[in-house]
Amino acid sequence: MNERITKLREQTLAAKPTISAERARLITEFYKRPETRDLSLPMQHAQAFKHIMESKTIVFNDGELIVGERGPAPKATPTYPEVCIHSLQDLRYLNDRKKTAFASDDETRRVYAEEIIPFWKGRSQRDRIFSEMTKEWIDAYEAGVFTEFMEQRAPGHTVLDGKIYKKGLLDFKKDIEAALAGLDFKNDPAAYDKQEELKAMAVSVDAVVAFAHRHAEKARELAKGEKDLARKKELERIAEVCDRVPAHAPRDFWEALQAYWFVHLGVITEYNTWDSYNPGRLDQHLWPFYEKGLADGTLTKESARELLEAFWVKFNNQPAPPKVGVTAEESGTYTDFALINVGGLKEDGTDGVNELSYLILDVIEEMRILQPSSMVQISAKGPDAFLLRALKIVKTGFGQPSIFNTDAIVQELVRQGKSVADARNGGCSGCVEAGAFGKEAYILTGYFNLPKVFEIALNNGIDPRTGKTIGLETGDPAAFKTFDQLFEAFRKQIRHFVDIKVRGSNVIERLYATYLPAPFLSVLVDDCVKNGKDYHGGGARYNSNYIQGVGVGTITDILSAIRYNVYDNAHFTMTELLAALKSNFSGYETLRQRVLNRTPKFGNDDDYADSLMTRVFEAYFEAVDGRPTPRGGSYRINLLPTTAHIYFGKMTGATADGRLAGDAVSEGVSPVQGADRKGPTAVIKSLGKMDHIRTGGTLLNQKFTPQLLADDTGMKGLKDLVRSYFRLMGHHIQFNVVTADLLRTAQAHPEKYRDLIVRVAGYSDYFVDCSTELQNEIIHRTEHQEL
Amino acid sequence: MTGRIFDIKRYSIHDGPGIRTTIFLKGCGLHCLWCHNPESIDPGPELMHWPARCTRCYACVKACPVPALSKDQSGAVVIDRARCDLCGKCADACLYDAMQIVGREMTVEDVLAEVEKDRIFYEQSGGGVTLSGGDPLVQADFAAALLDACRSRGIRTALDTAGRSSNGVLDRLAAKADLVLYDIKCLDEARHREFTGVSNAPILENLKALVAAGREVWVRIPLVHGVNDDEDNIRQTMALLLSLETVRQVGLLPYHSGGLDKARRIGQESQFRKFESPSEERIAAIEAAFREAGFDVRRGG
Repeated sequence: MNERITKLREQTLAAKPTISAERARLITEFYKRPETRDLSLPMQHAQAFKHIMESKTIVFNDGELIVGERGPAPKATPTYPEVCIHSLQDLRYLNDRKKTAFASDDETRRVYAEEIIPFWKGRSQRDRIFSEMTKEWIDAYEAGVFTEFMEQRAPGHTVLDGKIYKKGLLDFKKDIEAALAGLDFKNDPAAYDKQEELKAMAVSVDAVVAFAHRHAEKARELAKGEKDLARKKELERIAEVCDRVPAHAPRDFWEALQAYWFVHLGVITEYNTWDSYNPGRLDQHLWPFYEKGLADGTLTKESARELLEAFWVKFNNQPAPPKVGVTAEESGTYTDFALINVGGLKEDGTDGVNELSYLILDVIEEMRILQPSSMVQISAKGPDAFLLRALKIVKTGFGQPSIFNTDAIVQELVRQGKSVADARNGGCSGCVEAGAFGKEAYILTGYFNLPKVFEIALNNGIDPRTGKTIGLETGDPAAFKTFDQLFEAFRKQIRHFVDIKVRGSNVIERLYATYLPAPFLSVLVDDCVKNGKDYHGGGARYNSNYIQGVGVGTITDILSAIRYNVYDNAHFTMTELLAALKSNFSGYETLRQRVLNRTPKFGNDDDYADSLMTRVFEAYFEAVDGRPTPRGGSYRINLLPTTAHIYFGKMTGATADGRLAGDAVSEGVSPVQGADRKGPTAVIKSLGKMDHIRTGGTLLNQKFTPQLLADDTGMKGLKDLVRSYFRLMGHHIQFNVVTADLLRTAQAHPEKYRDLIVRVAGYSDYFVDCSTELQNEIIHRTEHQEL
Repeated sequence: MTGRIFDIKRYSIHDGPGIRTTIFLKGCGLHCLWCHNPESIDPGPELMHWPARCTRCYACVKACPVPALSKDQSGAVVIDRARCDLCGKCADACLYDAMQIVGREMTVEDVLAEVEKDRIFYEQSGGGVTLSGGDPLVQADFAAALLDACRSRGIRTALDTAGRSSNGVLDRLAAKADLVLYDIKCLDEARHREFTGVSNAPILENLKALVAAGREVWVRIPLVHGVNDDEDNIRQTMALLLSLETVRQVGLLPYHSGGLDKARRIGQESQFRKFESPSEERIAAIEAAFREAGFDVRRGG
């Protein structure tokens, strides 16, 4: 890392996250103008976007090469009142909370109190959503059966492909104009809607081009006053770059990175998308520029590294927009889930790993910053050397990159109907979600609490936490004669709550399509321009809605405990079990120890338990997969928790696997914390029994102590574990390499461990920023010690 | 045929090449005072007691038909090992795993079922099965049957032995394995007797014979301060290995005191002693010396 990058890295680490009122103020100002009402809805949004991009502060940080910030300073984070209003109470909470705080000053709060909140109250998307949801939806939501992503962030879960490296935004504008010219008003009843959408897309292109040009002007102005000749030259070059991109196709490595960055800022300023935007297959996109630069002498490996590192810093300057309410609790993190993909396959099916893939891994290792997240795609064709290089970074305890199976991703996408080429050009984003980059809207609609649904089945439709009837009356479990009868009751409850969830999501999807089009994002996603349709309205080539199942390990162990002890061995009766659960095992310690220590558990390569996992998988899959969405796509499942397993645990009483009320449920598809007692190969074998190909992503977390990876033997073992899991068509695996003792020390002395990054669940976070419960959970996850 | 197994460990990566499953057979011909698996020495089953796990529910005491279990004045459970007939009823009753019988009787098929579970990992990594102990030579017929069964299924095997063999048992087993992991303690005869209870002469002769027969041998040396980490012993050991010419792999296993806790759990603490590991510098120096002499040295296996 050179001096410049060291300095930029220090700047971003030192920057304090704050709330910026700028975007909220600008959009409010725009919508207060009476003439806004004369515009069609897409045009309103496009003009509002343009107003923001033409008016917001232009920021140049000292010494940087890639320019542009979302807010008026690094980590100054906007809110999006048209989607969700932050109340004064929210701002105070965010300011005061100990973890992942966002500071706000009196002036900021005054602007919210006097200008923003009064204007948007009752008009935000969040207000619309809650007023449209049914009572049964609200009941299930409040009970912690599921969460809803779109209630405060826009559904922008998608990733860019290679299009901006081949064409400039002005070229896309020509495509838009051609589509406008081709509208058939005589025969196409949607022609007017398409016209307004396409016009809005064109305006949004102008907005981003203008934003880039404002940076060019600013660079020239700074260059004039710059005394340091080297920096002056750099600023002149920056001005040239910002004049060129993203209006036109980039000509070199530097321009390619800056082009992406302006596009990124456009997307994350247009809306607070879930997740952040992401360049996806960076090594593939940049490879032609890298190769050309090295060949013609305009680039060296070192200058490429410096530019990449300067680019990395920009991501870290944009914390995830702060959430409100229960969503703030369920995912408290600054990370905004921009997941850079490295490696994988090329479109023609050949190995995609290149020299730049390795250089990017160097950058990840050197930078060690929270954002962007990174992952490697490992295909059967990829070299072991690449996997080992990635694992060497994992070994440093940084938690990145996470490891993905390209061959599984491709199969998953093809099963869903994508072309092989689109699948190979895809990858994973967010935590572990597979998508056809640049061509798909793949929306995460919310987490689904499988253990909670079972709790409701065990209580004949009643949520024991509140006493409310929120499920179906599937019968008194004490009257069930067989395990199959019990499972059938559970299956019906799954179906019931998935129905409620899908109904809600279908309405929410239409609310976004109707009230909040995203014209700029639509320009970037095929085939919105061709279809004249918005990303939110089904314009993308592929459309998927995910419901993310949570607690696979916990629900499997619950079912195993009941089948084994109640039905197969009669160690206790269902009535005794229900009493034990009701009392949170108080007075039932023997029963609890039996289910903890004398019962088959998921994650031990034991078919007794593992076959119940596949049974739950099938029931959940059948309830969700293939149901139509309003955008013309399908509902799909994936299995990941972010940090929802902690929130879901709080909402769920004691469970038959011995888990106490309020404790976290299992995360991802990992076994219950501490239940896997036969080492990593057994975990992998258990997980290999799941049909990952019928999901859009699963998350397996494994924690290793550094000792086990200290030498080449340990690294080779880890490499072969990964390869074997991927032969079994596992989707993803990630490693935490830390000692429990170190974590305890870090918990006690957070001030000394500010740089300690751990893998949480699909992403990495600063350990000291995690909640105490989450910290405890990370400490307790099974350590695969050699002893 | 059945054998007595005290542990099966998956994802072993230090007992031969690749990812392996190590089968620990009970019974050993040596009695090393530093042994890290004291429960491996006696060929029969033993009762292991974990006081730290005990919640004083006394389910074990109630379950014992002898009775060999009782409460002492402080309320702790004590075992009269002279009376205990190892029926295992206490272990069944204890849901906290504070009482355990070590040494399960298993058939060859039982063991193979466990072994087969990790086949994909052996194939991926060039690993396989390692028979360890104790010393598998003690249950020679069972070990031979296991090795044959693995070979017939295309699973590679390693035999981890202390080399105290009689009647050609070692030759017979080594011929069935793909690799022999061979322990050398120390070259001084008197010291060897003092610390392991047996002479090292046949052990060293057996090693030479194995190598002469063309077997692939990896040597493993536990490093115990004051026993075998001195300059003389290291030099002599190295000279012996160099004279064998084909031995290239040397694993150094620094002593750790974990064995003492285990000895306590089986009521055998008086039979073992606390030693020290050589200092980190000393281990590094020994490692370097072997490396310099042309050996491929690994720590921990």
